[in-house]
Amino acid sequence: MKLGSAFDEMNGNRDGIRGAYRAYEEWLRGTPIELLIERHQQADLIFRRLGITFSVYGSEEGVERLIPFDIIPRILDPEEWRIVGSGVCQRVRAINAFLDDIYHEQHILKAGRIPAPLVLNNPSFRPEVLGLDLPRRTYVQVAGVDVVRVSANEFYVLEDNVRVPSGVSYMLENRETMMRIFPELFALQSVAPVNHYPELLLRTLRSTTPPGVSDPTVVVLTPGHFNSAYFEHAFLAMQMGVELVEGQDLFVEDDTVFMRTTEGPRRVDVIYRRIDDDFIDPLAFDAGSLLGVPGLLSVVRNGRVALANAIGTGIADDKAIYCFVPDMIDFYLGEKPILNNVPTYRCSIDDDRAYVLDHLEELVVKEVGGSGGYGMLVGPMSTAEDRYTFRQKIDAEPDNFIAQPTLNLSTCPTLVDGKIAPRHVDLRPYVLTGETTQVVPGGLTRVALREGSLVVNSSQGGGTKDTWVLEC
Amino acid sequence: MLTAMLGRTANNVYWMARYVERAENLARLLASTYHMSLLPAAGSSDTSQWEAPLSLAGDRADFLKRYSEITPGTVLAYMALDPENSSSIRSCLRLARENARATRPELTTEVWEGINQTYLEMESMSYSKMVDQGFREFFDWVKERSHLFRGAVYGTMRRGHAFTFSRLGTFIERADNTARFLALKWELLAPSGRPLAAEDYYRWGALLRAFSAFKAYREVYSGIIEPRRVAELLVLRRDMPRSLFACSAETVDILRNLRSEAACTRVAEQIHERLQRNRIDGILRSGLPRFLNGFVVRNNELHGMIGQEFMLVL
Repeated sequence: MKLGSAFDEMNGNRDGIRGAYRAYEEWLRGTPIELLIERHQQADLIFRRLGITFSVYGSEEGVERLIPFDIIPRILDPEEWRIVGSGVCQRVRAINAFLDDIYHEQHILKAGRIPAPLVLNNPSFRPEVLGLDLPRRTYVQVAGVDVVRVSANEFYVLEDNVRVPSGVSYMLENRETMMRIFPELFALQSVAPVNHYPELLLRTLRSTTPPGVSDPTVVVLTPGHFNSAYFEHAFLAMQMGVELVEGQDLFVEDDTVFMRTTEGPRRVDVIYRRIDDDFIDPLAFDAGSLLGVPGLLSVVRNGRVALANAIGTGIADDKAIYCFVPDMIDFYLGEKPILNNVPTYRCSIDDDRAYVLDHLEELVVKEVGGSGGYGMLVGPMSTAEDRYTFRQKIDAEPDNFIAQPTLNLSTCPTLVDGKIAPRHVDLRPYVLTGETTQVVPGGLTRVALREGSLVVNSSQGGGTKDTWVLEC
Repeated sequence: MLTAMLGRTANNVYWMARYVERAENLARLLASTYHMSLLPAAGSSDTSQWEAPLSLAGDRADFLKRYSEITPGTVLAYMALDPENSSSIRSCLRLARENARATRPELTTEVWEGINQTYLEMESMSYSKMVDQGFREFFDWVKERSHLFRGAVYGTMRRGHAFTFSRLGTFIERADNTARFLALKWELLAPSGRPLAAEDYYRWGALLRAFSAFKAYREVYSGIIEPRRVAELLVLRRDMPRSLFACSAETVDILRNLRSEAACTRVAEQIHERLQRNRIDGILRSGLPRFLNGFVVRNNELHGMIGQEFMLVL
């Protein structure tokens, strides 16, 4: 099976330049390709000098690499952004309500809107935090919702990413770099700024401080400088002006979390943690973890330190629970979903599994707990051998897989090998929840640089673009 | 005012500065050895000259396992470029950058980008490139990058703990390197008390240049170069930035500002007082290398105590 030609962000269905791109396209037509190539090299140099690199898991060298940056922006007009922006905020509001519910009264399970075993038997469900009252009832302070587009008016959400979403530093650095190498483009039209994100993040984190603390100490907790997203952790700590700590820098005493400083212990109130639940407290979860802080969970349970995101959010972005987000929106908010869910087949259900095995060539098959584009099958791009392997895997562990129709992601003009060609893109806006739920206009556009590829993850050879939301 | 910083971060900043300083001093040592080897009448001492750097910063057994013989070329390749030699200039600059990266939020953009750029350029360096551009150019480059680092620290960092621990790392490392380097060269040049010949003049001159002290010598002392005065200049002169006296004075200053009552501050003061008390003739009588080796041991003890006091290193 082959996918037909995709909707293009600039050219629509080859029916003329779309509104958001009018000014840019005109500029692009008048600009020699050599200049673009030169500026592209300039951007690479900037990224390298700044040290904006990531490490690739499983790569032989274990070296740092640059995420390829494409200099042609992804542009959305105000109306398009209104849909995407309000749509992702709506989902995050519903998900926060869902988490508060399932860790308390579990109304949604009692009402039969979500099968209880799917939640309660899920490894991402954390009975350890049952009954815990969080400040502002906020579980997910930071979400990175993956949105794709298939036509002028159809947007789908692929994943909600409410554990420890990454990539926001690229949103910020991409904009910095674009403003540096193409200042003339920002004079041409009004692009909504994103640079205040760290400020909003800090305010969000402070707003979910445990009660009784007036001037909270916020820290960013990183697994360390060998982690693939270390640059981002350092970047955000620096931008917010807070300490970047590792597990070994923190300890628990007298029901309080302290960091070890040159002047002795100092109390910590809010931890923006970039470590998964499993590793955050060796006494409560994975005992072998050297990354976490022994005893942290009990301090959290006593409401004496806040985590962002809270422990136990993983249940909400589990790929099997994902199907029920529209139900959550209805159940908690009484609203209609603004963004579509992708129809999802759960291989644990016999009928669904039979359909999936019959239609492997058309579907995308994903592991329920997988992320980063690892361990997935893209049917239309797969070989018979790939499909055979997945057939075996699904038969062996049906609960571990879901499948979705292959969406023909929109494309965006991209500079590849010295030419401009369409490449598939997605979009990850970053949603913050503190006093309110809000999103900075834009996000991270990821682009699959290989021709025809639908996998945009940086670990799979994807690149990024600056994302512009035009102001009216 | 100083504000607290993480102990681990203080340790990273401190080591960042130590490794940059170490790379610079290694470049100075190799440049000077290279220069001396080009002088006439090197004769039979040729190989021993090149063995000296190996004993200072490297592992002789490791070297001999992987290089067939001791030649200027093999020693330079091992000491400057070998990634498997954890004391090579390449390794020092990589470790400096790794420590900087681990504490990136504490550094200004200028300091970080300077160190990162140094690392990137070093990564693209090969032996044939070093030969092409000339050894001297390479050593000058290392020194320049180190000057740039210190300048960026001094010119852009807030006078807080990150700045302070970086400076502390610089002076602890420099004191160590000056002492070791001088002890080594002193034994090699073995001043016997006989009048200096022309080639001695060049050798002592090269040694002074290695510490950027040739001009200073001319300003401070008139007349010919005497080993005794060279030693005095590099050990006891308070106005020579690479002398033991100057380094230990800076260290005492920094530690008094950090925590005057700490045990490590007391030790730093004792080290400094010893230098204040001594005269060069007394030191030479009981043997300069012995004195210097004693200094290295005490300086290293001080390093350990600083770690315990501020960086929670056990």
